[in-house]
Amino acid sequence: MMLSLLLFFPLLAAIAVLFSGTRAKHIALGATILEFLISISLVFKFLPDGGTQFVENYWWVQGLGISYHVGMDGISLLLVLLTTFLLPLIILSSFQHKHKNPGLFYFLILVMQSALLGVFVSLDAFLFYVFWELALIPIYLICLVWGGKDRVRITLKFFIYTLFGSLLMLVALIWLWTQTPGNHSFELSSFYALNIDPANQTWLFWALFLAFAIKIPIFPFHTWQPDTYTDSPTAGTMLLSGIMLKMGIYGLLRWMLPVIPEGVHEWSNIAILLCVIGIVYASLIAWVQKDFKRLIAYSSIAHVGLIAAGVFSLSFQGVHGSVFQMLSHGVNVVGLFFIADIIERRTQTRDLDALGGIRLVAPGFSTYFIIVLLASIALPLTNGFVGEFLLLNGLYQYSTPAAVLAGLTVIFGAVYMLNAYRKIVLGEAAASTQSFTELNTNEKLVLIPIVVLIFWMGIYPDFFLKISEPSVKDLRDIIYSASGFSSN
Amino acid sequence: MQLIWLVPAFPLIGFLVTSFGQKRLGGISAGILASSSVFASFICSLYLFFTFKGEAQTVQLFNWIQSGSLSIPFSFLLDQLSLLMLLIVTGIGTLIHIYSIGYMKSDQAFARFFSYLNLFVFFMLLLVLGSNYVVLFAGWEGVGLCSYLLIGFWFKNHDFNKAANKAFIMNRIGDLGFLLGIILMFITFGSVSYDKVFDAAKLVEDNQPVIIAITMLLFIGAMGKSAQIPLYTWLPDAMAGPTPVSALIHAATMVTAGIYMVVRSNVLYSIAPATLSFIAIIGTLTALFAATIAMKQTDIKKVLAYSTVSQLGYMFVALGVGAYSTAMFHVTTHAFFKALLFLAAGSVIHAVGGEQDIRKMGGLKKKLPITFAVFMIGTLAISGIPPLAGFFSKDEILAKVSMQSPILFYVLAFTSVLTAMYMFRLLFLTFYGGFRGSKEQAHHLHESPSVMTWPLVLLAVLSTVGGFMGMPTVFSEQHLLHNFLAPIISSPAGLLISEPSHLFEWMLMGSSVFLLAIIIVWSYRRYVSREAIPSLHETDMSLLTKVLYNKYYIDELYSAVFVKPLRAFGSFFQKYIDKAFLDGIIGGVNKGVVLGSQTVRLIQTGNIGFYIFAMVFGIIAILLFNLLL
Repeated sequence: MMLSLLLFFPLLAAIAVLFSGTRAKHIALGATILEFLISISLVFKFLPDGGTQFVENYWWVQGLGISYHVGMDGISLLLVLLTTFLLPLIILSSFQHKHKNPGLFYFLILVMQSALLGVFVSLDAFLFYVFWELALIPIYLICLVWGGKDRVRITLKFFIYTLFGSLLMLVALIWLWTQTPGNHSFELSSFYALNIDPANQTWLFWALFLAFAIKIPIFPFHTWQPDTYTDSPTAGTMLLSGIMLKMGIYGLLRWMLPVIPEGVHEWSNIAILLCVIGIVYASLIAWVQKDFKRLIAYSSIAHVGLIAAGVFSLSFQGVHGSVFQMLSHGVNVVGLFFIADIIERRTQTRDLDALGGIRLVAPGFSTYFIIVLLASIALPLTNGFVGEFLLLNGLYQYSTPAAVLAGLTVIFGAVYMLNAYRKIVLGEAAASTQSFTELNTNEKLVLIPIVVLIFWMGIYPDFFLKISEPSVKDLRDIIYSASGFSSN
Repeated sequence: MQLIWLVPAFPLIGFLVTSFGQKRLGGISAGILASSSVFASFICSLYLFFTFKGEAQTVQLFNWIQSGSLSIPFSFLLDQLSLLMLLIVTGIGTLIHIYSIGYMKSDQAFARFFSYLNLFVFFMLLLVLGSNYVVLFAGWEGVGLCSYLLIGFWFKNHDFNKAANKAFIMNRIGDLGFLLGIILMFITFGSVSYDKVFDAAKLVEDNQPVIIAITMLLFIGAMGKSAQIPLYTWLPDAMAGPTPVSALIHAATMVTAGIYMVVRSNVLYSIAPATLSFIAIIGTLTALFAATIAMKQTDIKKVLAYSTVSQLGYMFVALGVGAYSTAMFHVTTHAFFKALLFLAAGSVIHAVGGEQDIRKMGGLKKKLPITFAVFMIGTLAISGIPPLAGFFSKDEILAKVSMQSPILFYVLAFTSVLTAMYMFRLLFLTFYGGFRGSKEQAHHLHESPSVMTWPLVLLAVLSTVGGFMGMPTVFSEQHLLHNFLAPIISSPAGLLISEPSHLFEWMLMGSSVFLLAIIIVWSYRRYVSREAIPSLHETDMSLLTKVLYNKYYIDELYSAVFVKPLRAFGSFFQKYIDKAFLDGIIGGVNKGVVLGSQTVRLIQTGNIGFYIFAMVFGIIAILLFNLLL
């Protein structure tokens, strides 16, 4: 029952929040903290070598082979933890804004949390799809109602893009369902057991790849992302970049690689090529950005491109690294967007050229900023390094040129991030930053957990690596036993 | 031996206390605290040195990164090489910390300065103590971070900030190579720990492509960190940082990390003679190239910076000919005299109120007698006057090179002539003749306080006697440093490291002393007797001088060839690929859908007769379709 509690508690809380008026934000914060504690209690019960745990399995629509089947292995657990850890921070960070209609705002965020968690624990394709789509609706509304000037056009683009991807996924899942023996079933395990011929694996690969690639996003399916990240309210951007994009990568790991391993083997070279092009492409664009939020958006494309490339390398370190880096990226990107938000709230601008000299007036803020920045450019002893090292390692095992090109992120990341830091924080104070105030308590409460995690994951990543290691091994076993390829 | 972890722990604690207590630490207490923490490390290092039994020891703290067959413990290795580096880093580090108390006394961010300095020492110790390449890399990037923070220490100045960025980014270019080298090493040997990799490498034949690839990639890292062609341009700009930083980080310790790394990996490099040849050539070119630039620089710190680049080149040449312990010898002596020269330059800059242009100095020897004396010692040491430290180490490099490549030998010999020329030019222009600064400055000229001069004197002593740890065979049977390092060195099999004949050594020493005497006299006449002060205006310069003064326009070249085109690509991608092309397609699909639905909408006429007709037509069509199948 623990997982159902975890899944539906935010939904219940959401309903309470909807009718709570001005106290909405506090109730929402309390609920997400409680939710985080529930997820922590699962960590204590979790056995790293125990495979899929906390399983609940009931028929939902028996005639169609649909069941309410949930469970967690190490990979799911880490993503659940990421979600429950970030949600209180996202809500707390939104305290700085006066949102109109707060009841609805926090209602949507909590619904979103349920849906995200559902995606990460579903073991039934139909259930997975329902949660996947359910997650889209609140974020769409959050961006549409509370977004920036151009929100209507941009959210429409975002919506059409992702809906298109979802549709492809639905077609693929239903086709897979038709292939299952007997009365048909949406069970993940029955998908794993299918023997699909190569021709079908090919179109399935592209259908699923597109669905997930749009979500992640992978070049060239990314153009919805910078606009949406830039124009959404900060809480929305954090939800999208911190957690929601991990749905795509998780989808690759859970619903694509083990289901159509031969298709993946056949076409992963093109997938990796796109990822790697995206790393260089997005980094170069990030370098010429003037808008700090947009710069982070493009840098995120580069970073997730590396994560996806690690997944497609299928090597142990690549897959393991991708799981770890999903967490690092989630923590760091939320930190970066929060910092962008702090700057924008205080100065009314995100233009790098209009900023400068913040260090003079707010050294404390500048220190938090550079720590998060260094983590995002993967300095050793921060979380970013562990993931990047494993990912590049995995990618190198797959192909030398891919690793070299992807490795350029090591250089470009430093270029655009330090450039932005120099323009925003260093130098003489600009007109916009003269009265820049130091962080208040609320803001510190958001940034301190992020910084703690940056160092914890960077100095002692073993805790996180150990949770996911057996699951990564199991995953690769399924891939390689099904495809008959050797696992070396 | 379990005490090893204490060595980096002291500066780490020092960093934490000075950074968290910045507001509470008044006066110079942060400086005293930071200096004591490094001094405590030095004492520990001394203890480790004297109790060292000759057996390398590894101390594992915890499991750092573990993924499948990849296992990276966070562990330290204590052996001859790390001990030597520990002593250099903590010993010179202590002196420079103490000196900084005087130098930075009036700076507002006094505590912040010392917290960065302590953090630097911590990372440097991590670098030399790590027992595998990834811990080394952590220290490697960590010192890079501190270098970045300290170059841009005075962050109000935009040029300084740009110099800091440049340093970090140039280093990152090298670091990508380094990182890929480490990964390739893991793929090849299944480990990144020194002991396992070296054991496995001992069974490998010479010049295997994969070994050449690994060693070359690692060397790319060294090119960045140790400022070799083509990644050297950040180091002269790094002089934007406070002078003690230039002494500690950009002369004595961090920039020699590349040499340390190659010596550490000597087992690998010895089975990759092709890489060694490449290193020797790069080192020689860098030594010569940087020395020519130093000839015409007018900023006291820039001259020393190019001199550092040039001297690092010498060290790489030594590595390139397989004389690893010779390179370490020069690392050690160079740390003494270059730290001395920089700190003395700092004392000069302190005295003339921040002026760094030697064209506006002159005649300082009477006002700054101690600074002058130690600067003279440093100059004599770097120029290779016997029996000062630089003489022994540099002659040893020349002797080793002469056994392998006459061409490189002549280039390097010529470079040492240049070295003496630019150093004496610097010495004479700064300390001799009449003072060329403002009256205001002349009035304030003063010797530095004793907190600054004592470290100078100690370094001067080390620069004088430091060479005795490695006397050539003509003087002594025992080369202390070689013997000490011998257990960790594996020389290339193909290159027989034979000792040059005694006759040759005498000739080498004799001719270098003779040449030096000529140079000193010539420089004295030019800069003191004839007062040939370099012009303040570029228009007065000859073409060659202008090119050298502008450092061969390499920065401009890099900007035109790399920076601008890449940024142009970024703008192009955004404007034409993201916006016009990709969004254009989406927009096109969008329009298509709208157009399609507008057309389909026309069918919904509201005419029931039409609907029935359409339905019947549809049913017939389906039936026909089924029949045909």
